[in-house]
Amino acid sequence: MAVIRWYDRPESTPRAGQAMERLQREVNRIFSDFSGRGGSLRAAVFPPINVSEDEENLYIRAELPGIQAADMEVSVEGDALMVRGERKLDKTGEGVNYHRREREGGSFRRIVALPVRIDPEGVSAVCRNGVLSIVLPKAREALPKQITVKSD
Amino acid sequence: MTEKEMQAREKVEHKAEGESTRDLPLFIPAVDIYESDDALTLVADMPGVPAENVTIDVRDNQLTIRGSIDLPDTKERLLAQEYEIGDYYRQFALGRTIDQARIEAAIKDGVLTLTLPKADINKPRKITVKTG
Repeated sequence: MAVIRWYDRPESTPRAGQAMERLQREVNRIFSDFSGRGGSLRAAVFPPINVSEDEENLYIRAELPGIQAADMEVSVEGDALMVRGERKLDKTGEGVNYHRREREGGSFRRIVALPVRIDPEGVSAVCRNGVLSIVLPKAREALPKQITVKSD
Repeated sequence: MTEKEMQAREKVEHKAEGESTRDLPLFIPAVDIYESDDALTLVADMPGVPAENVTIDVRDNQLTIRGSIDLPDTKERLLAQEYEIGDYYRQFALGRTIDQARIEAAIKDGVLTLTLPKADINKPRKITVKTG
């Protein structure tokens, strides 16, 4: 059996390549239509988080509506952040009929691997309007250092 | 009793065009609606919405709740995004049992609670059966 290099195959002409790309894009679009706005990582674990950064800090946010600060716990160990807690739904009185029930309560626990080294002493967390925002200052070693180029 | 673990849920977006005037997605907030003798209570999850950004509109027996978030003004670079942020909007048909003038609303920790008192004539009354 002759072994043909991938890029020598007749299908790998530019036109065929484009056709393949178009097909790939169509397939991707179908999948993203099913999962809502495509491209976002869907978390299987609660809570879903958004992670962003700037020069000095790493920011991690999660939506935790109706959870009091006292019912959640944020901790940092090594290069991982853990968020855990419990969402208690308001107690309704006796003799109450539910017409609709879409919200849920329960416990949650999530561990997030941090992409950069952070300074555990400087981590702060605030929960406002049901959004938990955690600020993790980057460790000094992780900050970019400017190196001056000397001309001789 | 084992504690129930919460599941991550994807936010449900309004599909209709032209409902959002901001350049943000518009989500349908999860709600619980329950009824007691005196009132109907509606509880909606709208994380990120402060009290001043909630609008409640009652007209023609239709209740509309709307919550908008304050967009952060940052130069942060996004590394991972598992949930989208956006505004919230949902409409409900109100039965004639509600005393619209006495509707109360409060929002705390991103949870909006609406109390819709029933008009007095609709409260269940016990009728004592006299023997005679």
